[in-house]
Amino acid sequence: MDLGIVLALDVLNGIASLVLLCMGLAIIFGMMKVINLAHGEFLMLGAYATVVSANAGVNIWIAMLVIAPLFVGIVGIVVERCLIRFLYGRLVDTMLATWGLSLLIVGLVTTVFGNTINGVPTPLGGFAIGQYRSSLYTLFLVAMALLLVGSVWAVLRYTRYGLIARATMQNPNMAAAMGLNPTRVYMVTFGIGAAITGLAGGLLAPVSGIVPTMGGAYIAKAFITVVGGGSAILAGTASASALFGTINQIAAFLTTPVFGEVILFISAIVLIRLLPQGISDRYFRRSL
Amino acid sequence: MSMLRREFLKGTGLAAAGLVASPAILRHTALGQDAPILIGSLHDQSGPIAATGVPIVNSLILAVEEVNAAGGLLGRPLKLVHYDTQSNIQRYTQYAQQLALKDKVLVVHGGITSASREAIRPVFGRYKVPYFYNTLYEGGVCDRNTFNIGTTPAQTVEKLVPYAMSKWGKKAYIIAADYNYGQITAKWMTKYVRDNGGQILSTDFFPLDVTNFGPTISKIQAAKPDIILSALVGGNHTSFYRQWASAGMKSQIPIASTTFGLVNEHTTLDANESDGILAAYGYFEELEDAANKAYVTKLKQRFGADMPYIGEPAAGSYEGFMLWVEGVRKAGKTDREAVTAALESGLSIMGPTGKVVIDRPTHHAVRNAYLAEVRSKKFVVLETYEQQPPSDTAMVCDLVKNPGDNKQYVIEI
Repeated sequence: MDLGIVLALDVLNGIASLVLLCMGLAIIFGMMKVINLAHGEFLMLGAYATVVSANAGVNIWIAMLVIAPLFVGIVGIVVERCLIRFLYGRLVDTMLATWGLSLLIVGLVTTVFGNTINGVPTPLGGFAIGQYRSSLYTLFLVAMALLLVGSVWAVLRYTRYGLIARATMQNPNMAAAMGLNPTRVYMVTFGIGAAITGLAGGLLAPVSGIVPTMGGAYIAKAFITVVGGGSAILAGTASASALFGTINQIAAFLTTPVFGEVILFISAIVLIRLLPQGISDRYFRRSL
Repeated sequence: MSMLRREFLKGTGLAAAGLVASPAILRHTALGQDAPILIGSLHDQSGPIAATGVPIVNSLILAVEEVNAAGGLLGRPLKLVHYDTQSNIQRYTQYAQQLALKDKVLVVHGGITSASREAIRPVFGRYKVPYFYNTLYEGGVCDRNTFNIGTTPAQTVEKLVPYAMSKWGKKAYIIAADYNYGQITAKWMTKYVRDNGGQILSTDFFPLDVTNFGPTISKIQAAKPDIILSALVGGNHTSFYRQWASAGMKSQIPIASTTFGLVNEHTTLDANESDGILAAYGYFEELEDAANKAYVTKLKQRFGADMPYIGEPAAGSYEGFMLWVEGVRKAGKTDREAVTAALESGLSIMGPTGKVVIDRPTHHAVRNAYLAEVRSKKFVVLETYEQQPPSDTAMVCDLVKNPGDNKQYVIEI
């Protein structure tokens, strides 16, 4: 029974991590059809922003909840202005450009901070469930993922910006004809996507070993989740995260972490074969 | 302006002519007596393994500079030909060929992970370039062209496991990195736990890119071991210790590790995440003897703030290098057969770790081993085991009887 609760927490943790990891990528991909291969590096920048400011004496919560998203958001806007805006509508070119960008960022961070592992201690602490122990930080990650999904939904659904963003997503030319400026919408959206990724990096920093190449460990999972989710930003990301997070954690618990990953990727392949357009295009056609 | 342009053209013309002529000049001096002796180095300076590779290369640079400052070797200066293998096995084989065929180095020190060693060892065997592998590893390599200077499980795991078991209990849970080092080290851990009357509850392997240890931590709690034996490797795996401590498990089940500290885990993690973790190696930066203090001071002076924690791989590489230098001195020439024979004659040096002797039948090192515990982000050395033989490899490998042997033996459980 206690073990069941701990396992349920693990599953929730897996889902929450995936939601945090993928939301920024899903927004950028869903809105602008830009495949951002530097996504893992945005995450790494968020983690580094957290570590550097926490080591400089900034409160850890401010470092991960404010500084990390702000910094990566600004980086995202600069990248969009200098690189991405010339490549809208050229899917393959964006992949090549962002891949190059990822190598550049890894190189820069390595030059500045070196190859050694950095990190910040995990705040909060543990709690007991019967004979088992788990981390309070896990619960915090779950809460943050829920909050993130809730706020993205509220922004898209109820605000003027959300309306504009959805209009631009559906038909950029028509939106432009109505007097909107898609270039600006794209820039802001890219910045928001990057900021959310930075937030994810900040939140994962206390439970990871932070090295310049850490993005690579996350990117494959982020991509299969976004592709598995389909075109609806929220419903897709949430449903695919729930599915893959559960499969991965349960499989890792029942077998070994190696088979956990194998089973995850096999189920992703099966899913893409059965639902080539992703979960959301089949079951949540009209949702956000 | 036209004057300037003419001068510019003249200048570049001269420079170009110089460049064209330079191979001839270089070749000319290469034939001379004072041409440098080329030493190959293949270590990762970037990518996930770089945290281990950077101190190794610094240590080798220091060794070369020391020998040169003392008048060189056989009257000739030494020169390190180093390639960054980028934590990529493909680069290892590519640069190994380059070192052997293009640079024609006399010896190669290189390889960090066991996977990289097994990629380049055959290359140097084929082209008859003596090869030194100076990192601690899982043991069993039996090859007359190769010298393995790092510690093997019989020197470290054999000390660590009984110490941890007598302190904490007999039921162990093994977590290890999923490649040849972790797989084989886990077998040795299993053997030593059973030899000491203990029991292995489970053995889990993790690919190097695993970062989420949540399910594993639950699994370990369900199994209720007395000790965790860890052979986790690299930056991503460091998150295990973090997640373990944040679940409040650190005070419940202690950890002994054969890899903790190799990528500076103890300086990265917070003291309350790492205090009390046991580790055994052939070297710790904190060793108190004078030879080590001098070595550490020289490295820190030479490389300043860029010098991270010095672990066994760096100190072992320094000693491997010095052993080869000693071998050449004894042989009086750089010829491969002569140097190998000199090294096989029971050659020894005093290094930062203490006395290091080459064991003739196995081409491994008889050396000191140390057991230490992490306390406030530093290792505190608890036990010293003088002059430990590589008895694991000695069980299966005898290069005196079978000089043609060339394989890595793997322990069967």
